[in-house]
Amino acid sequence: MKISLNWLRDWVDTGNDVPALAHQLTMAGLEIEGIHRAGPELSGIVVGEVLAVEKHPDAEKLNVCRVSNGREELQIVCGAPNVRAGMKAPLALIGAKLPNGTEIKKAKLRGVESNGMLCSARELGLSEESSGLLDLPQHVTTGQDLVAALQLDDTILEVNLTPNRGDCMSVAGIAREAAAARATPLKGPEFKPVAPAITDTFPVRLEATAACPKFAGRVIRGINIGAKSPWWMQERLRRAGLRPISAVVDVTNYVMLELGQPMHAYDLGQLSGSIVVRSARAGEKLKLLDGRTIELTPDIAVIADEKVALGMAGVMGGEDSGISDATKDVFLEVAFFEPDAVAGRGRRYGLITDASQRFERGVDPQLQERAIERATQLLLECAGGQAGPTVVTRHDGFAPRRSAITLRHRRVRHVLGVQLSDDTVLDCLRRLNMEIEAAPGDDLRASWLVTPPSWRFDIHIEEDLIEEVARLYGFDNIPEQDAIGDQAILPWTETRVRNERAADLLVARGYHEAITYTFTDAQSQSVLFGETALALSNPISAELGVMRLSLWPGLVHAARENHRRQQHRVRLFEIGRRFASKTGAETEMIAGVASGSALAEQWGAETAKVDFFDVKADVEALIALSDDADAFRFTAEKHPALHPGQSARLWRGDRPVGWIGALHPQHLKALDLTYPLYVFELEVAGVLAARVPEFREISKYPAIRRDVAVIVDEAIPVEALESAIRKSAGTLLTDVSVLSVYRGKQFEKGKKSIALGLQLQDTSRTLTDHDADAIVAQVVDALSHQLNATIRDK
Amino acid sequence: MTEPQQDLQALVDAARAEIAACSSIEDLETIRVRLLGKKGEITEQLKSLGAMPADVRKSAGAKINEAKNALSTALDERRAVLEAQKLADQLASDAVDVTLPGRGQSTGGLHPVTRVRRRIEQIFRNAGFTIEDGPEIEDEWHNFEALNIPANHPARAMHDTFYFPDGRLLRTHTSPVQIRAMKDRKPPFRVIAPGRVYRCDSDMTHTPMFHQVEGLVVDEGITFANLKAVLHGFMKSLFEKDVKMRLRPSYFPFTEPSAEVDISCVSCGGTGCRVCKNTGWVEVAGCGVVHPNVLRAVGVDPERYTGYAFGMGIDRLTMLRYNVNDIRLYFENDLRFLKQFA
Repeated sequence: MKISLNWLRDWVDTGNDVPALAHQLTMAGLEIEGIHRAGPELSGIVVGEVLAVEKHPDAEKLNVCRVSNGREELQIVCGAPNVRAGMKAPLALIGAKLPNGTEIKKAKLRGVESNGMLCSARELGLSEESSGLLDLPQHVTTGQDLVAALQLDDTILEVNLTPNRGDCMSVAGIAREAAAARATPLKGPEFKPVAPAITDTFPVRLEATAACPKFAGRVIRGINIGAKSPWWMQERLRRAGLRPISAVVDVTNYVMLELGQPMHAYDLGQLSGSIVVRSARAGEKLKLLDGRTIELTPDIAVIADEKVALGMAGVMGGEDSGISDATKDVFLEVAFFEPDAVAGRGRRYGLITDASQRFERGVDPQLQERAIERATQLLLECAGGQAGPTVVTRHDGFAPRRSAITLRHRRVRHVLGVQLSDDTVLDCLRRLNMEIEAAPGDDLRASWLVTPPSWRFDIHIEEDLIEEVARLYGFDNIPEQDAIGDQAILPWTETRVRNERAADLLVARGYHEAITYTFTDAQSQSVLFGETALALSNPISAELGVMRLSLWPGLVHAARENHRRQQHRVRLFEIGRRFASKTGAETEMIAGVASGSALAEQWGAETAKVDFFDVKADVEALIALSDDADAFRFTAEKHPALHPGQSARLWRGDRPVGWIGALHPQHLKALDLTYPLYVFELEVAGVLAARVPEFREISKYPAIRRDVAVIVDEAIPVEALESAIRKSAGTLLTDVSVLSVYRGKQFEKGKKSIALGLQLQDTSRTLTDHDADAIVAQVVDALSHQLNATIRDK
Repeated sequence: MTEPQQDLQALVDAARAEIAACSSIEDLETIRVRLLGKKGEITEQLKSLGAMPADVRKSAGAKINEAKNALSTALDERRAVLEAQKLADQLASDAVDVTLPGRGQSTGGLHPVTRVRRRIEQIFRNAGFTIEDGPEIEDEWHNFEALNIPANHPARAMHDTFYFPDGRLLRTHTSPVQIRAMKDRKPPFRVIAPGRVYRCDSDMTHTPMFHQVEGLVVDEGITFANLKAVLHGFMKSLFEKDVKMRLRPSYFPFTEPSAEVDISCVSCGGTGCRVCKNTGWVEVAGCGVVHPNVLRAVGVDPERYTGYAFGMGIDRLTMLRYNVNDIRLYFENDLRFLKQFA
């Protein structure tokens, strides 16, 4: 919210130090976001009075004017079409400098001397555009400095209000806070009630009393609808960010800004029967001031006449009943709407208005009488007319007074951690216009009954009062104090590898950590996974429309973008959640993508492209963190996103815990990628659950190594060979390793040769060659019988 | 046998010359075998002593042994020289250009937001906080109602919320973890909850996903003064600077009193710059004393227990820590950006 400092000064002594005032308000909870000058810096510009206008002898469009600067008459040549004798306009004297840099000098225009310049609003930097001279109001004094005459030395304060402080959405409200913060009294202009000149009234009936328990109305007849509001009012509206429109509209806006009470002016001639405040009927239509027609629901209160709904209560008026150029008589509505009856209603239709923002936060329920008198007074001043009596329609039993809250002195200390004196607490509360009395059975030292003022909608409980005390006492004045608590030993498990450890491992293996959005593009994701993901109702864009089923879409996208930025070697990983297709159930995953060369370009190493087994080694390194690598196995399985010949599922025991593979070439093509991408994704909980290591005796006896080379069908996975070896070799086998895999002309087509190294060792004796031979014989026997293997070189 | 001594002397002289000229250990060994081996020239002379008359045998034997020892010494000395030379040659040829880069896999790096998140976690862990977690898809109750934000509350307008058709939503803050941490457990609570949060907002200074860390302490006797101490200590620790801190009264439905936390600008030290928009202060967190309604919603007696809560934007703290000037860079995952934090 923006307000003019000069306006604020009508209400409270703000002092002259604007930054200090801003700091005081900010530290009281009204954050001053910006401090701006109201107008440009001008000097040498005065109010000029045009005394006479004559045509320039040699120029069609120029006039030669006699202009008074208050002391003497000057001859000035002027090209503005609206110049006329008798008008007052800004006069730039010789030597003045305009905001655009122009310096005013004595000049001759087509042979006629000109001693200064009459200016438009644009030339003075007062508006973006203008047509002709700025026509100043007649009441300004000829020769007066323009800055003073127009009060241009004003400051605009930009206040960032929190949503609980609807009471501060006005000059009066901010003035109240400033007065409290500065411990200075509120001045506030005096408003006198306007005595009725006529007896006309218009009937008002309150049906929706929960929404609208109070309605002040007044008939004003014979106004000049074409009247403009005075210049000073327009200027204050402008400085608050509102556009002046007409006297009637400007007055209602002015009083809203001044007091915080939104109001509405109806064309009395368009109202039929009476005003009724009622619930909307289901499906009832309303034509809004902005021209739209909306359909209402019964939880919305409307202002209606006997025929149709005229406006949405507390949000916006309707088009047909509003004032128009033909309006002669108006009916002024100044109502109190309950916040609950307004909150959220306008937002459903995209309507966030000055009125709705105030009503949904709370307008002082005692303010209506004062506001309607103020508006009447200003309206009569600006647009003439005769006012009828103010009629306040009130729901029986409506009590705008707030109820008292008990505040215990010890609780203040309990919450804030600082001991404040009684006087301090009471002073803070009194500055905020709280009524205070001793709580029954207590004296003023122990606890108080505190009644907040009617304009405060945000004070319900003891803690609310404590906050009020604290902010006026000053948060800065509350000391910092370390908590004294029991020192507890916290659990710290070794059965779950921390995500940090996994991330560090991938970093050590050349991966950079990425963070990608958890929502992604529905189309491209469903192609990768063949599933429909959980969709957002209100996505920021279609590309970020559904929750990710996997971390791959984001990582693949990041890899592609990096390629486009000439980063051809990509190794990225991410730790984050994926969301199941229907339920959105969350699972934390660790995933990676790799493409380009296996190693960064370097001397003395071949520039091999990354392949399945490079990435598999990274996955195996993650698995090894669990101290339970033997429990994991990879099986060849197909996945819609992956190359059917290069995809594996990872298992831990019987539990599937992840996937690894090359992105399917079709997807590469669809993504416009011309290079392979290898990806993995593992369930964090499944992979990083750790076994606590247990010591095993180290054998004192030497080990024997035997190698076995076999030729088998291409279809036989190495894992089958290893498993057959482990089963047939017995307990003396301590390790099996794959030494080589060959395919080539020396072997039959569809066959491959695999060499395996067997480590044999006993813990109680030295193995003999005879023992080793026997084990190898068992192994060879098993391989040839179970897997149709033939032994090579033997 | 004529003038054996003369012969011997000539043999020794010739051998000495040959040893001195020898340039390889292998050749030297050949010379040794020729002179001192089983059938070597000196060895043969020693064998011939048996045929000599006893009167000359003794002196001839002494002379031959003397020659043998002299040659053996000469051979050893020459060998030592040649070995030293060989080692020197080998060392010279083994020398590498130590300025060539090392080979192998390069290292990657952590995302800057993760770096700061880890610092935050470690600082609070050191102070006895545990780290909690909650779902990113939340329900209205945890995200709003239990936090004292009923439907239609104006504060909901501050949270541009992503909804799902079934009414669930993407959490707009990490505050629901407070509720989850307290529900069905007993105080004291001393937790932080870092994580991803979402708001339906995307422009120069907002991304629809970002990171927050929530903090919550509930115990007997916890006060606003404790909150100030913890936050100020944390800020000093995170930025490794003696930053000033101020709390500005503000409004969050789930805390009362509530405050915004400003620290003196870590970029200019408070004198005014682009980062702090010339105010000298940067806003880094929101905080307050836990609202009694929130404690009641999770079955904690607000008369007996009090507590404080705070929430900070990790992405924002990361910008301040590393002087990053565009929040959108975090989620572009440009390697040229990420590599700056490796």
